[in-house]
Amino acid sequence: MNGIHDMGGMQDMGPVRPEKNEPVFHQRWEGRVLAMIRAVGATGRLSAPSRPAIESIPPAEYLRMSYYERFFTALIERMIASGIVTRAEVNSGKAAPGSTRATPSLRPADAARLPFQIPSGGITTGAAPRFHVGQRVRARNMHPAGHTRLPRYARGRAGAIERDHGIFALQDASAYGRDNRLQHVYSVRFAARELWGNDASPLDAVYIDMWDDYLEPA
Amino acid sequence: MAKSKKSPLGRRGFLKGAAAGAAAFAANPQSVGAAAQEQDHDHQTVPSDLTLRVKSLESLLVEKGIVDRAALDALIDTYEHKVGPRNGARVVARAWTDPEYKKRLLADGTAAIGELGYQGEQGAHIRVVENTSKVHNLVVCTLCSCYPWPVLGLPPVWYKSAPYRSRAVIDPRGVLQEFGTEIADDIEVRVWDSTAEQRYLVLPERPPGTEKLTEEELAALVTRDAMIGVAKVSGSKGGRI
Repeated sequence: MNGIHDMGGMQDMGPVRPEKNEPVFHQRWEGRVLAMIRAVGATGRLSAPSRPAIESIPPAEYLRMSYYERFFTALIERMIASGIVTRAEVNSGKAAPGSTRATPSLRPADAARLPFQIPSGGITTGAAPRFHVGQRVRARNMHPAGHTRLPRYARGRAGAIERDHGIFALQDASAYGRDNRLQHVYSVRFAARELWGNDASPLDAVYIDMWDDYLEPA
Repeated sequence: MAKSKKSPLGRRGFLKGAAAGAAAFAANPQSVGAAAQEQDHDHQTVPSDLTLRVKSLESLLVEKGIVDRAALDALIDTYEHKVGPRNGARVVARAWTDPEYKKRLLADGTAAIGELGYQGEQGAHIRVVENTSKVHNLVVCTLCSCYPWPVLGLPPVWYKSAPYRSRAVIDPRGVLQEFGTEIADDIEVRVWDSTAEQRYLVLPERPPGTEKLTEEELAALVTRDAMIGVAKVSGSKGGRI
């Protein structure tokens, strides 16, 4: 979706403002939100994915919200979409009368280790690569209405395959339920001038990771 | 993952849900400017609307038996104290002092970082890119906020902010200048936009005059910002984080 989250190349957002000695969380609720996302995720019932939920936040709201407010808002929508809570329960803060009580999946003893776990087993089988390192390619000019990882600023631009990262599941909304989701992801080098014109440095480049589906031979 | 072909959240459905939040927002207009740049944080003594809403959701999830409060405490403790840029600094210092390690690190970042015991979420596929006298690397995630958590911890606010995400790709040298980092015209700037599953860590140049330092002393020089690529490592302590 050509949404506000797809920010690469915008110029009117103001200066970058680093903060000295920044704490991990600025307010207590921010940590609670991140922890709740992980703990609810550990139930295995949070079927609605995170990124599309964040990108569905209306643009003005998206810009107003902090990172953790976006994640909090998205968590609520994901839990409702996944049937874990109802909107009425969220609004009241109370479980609906007669609703069943689960047992928390994430036990305190396991929680401290959860951030150090990685999904088991990489994907090694799937479609053969359609491109090879060094090959000239062009990012497709496509504008899917759902979630995609192909940033707008790269569409229609030509570059070269710099590395083949191997096989990963395509994250685009259009890929859900499709049998060719497993595709090679490549690092593609785009010259800064190809992306931004001749005001850009002749030396500079942007590297973007792209699934097979995003590319065509140039 | 989701089996439905449509996005689970139609905008209409979302708007309905956002109404309550918008009403609360209107009652607290003071937060408009504060949140606009995602930089300023209210340090207020009365509980904010978000504090109350998050508390309310937490008690609902506890009541329904979905989360355990002590598990949340343990997760937060890990994020605050067990992951962070000191991990990445040790990786960098090892690469500076052990040429064989550096080779492995550049060839397979995830495995070499794992040798030092660092692994975890947002770090299943880490690629390390090396700064040299000819190349300067800069990492961004224009679409979201992707960041190599096992080596850098949670990302700072500026990394997740609209100004950085928007301009790092179109004006990297301008962004670097805002961090006080000047890159000469004859040095190539490479920007890595973390759009897929790879996460990126910059291996900064080892500063001159540090030949006699131990690995531990070198690690103390390495800053988070240098490993994102917005700063260089200085030979003396006292740089930014």
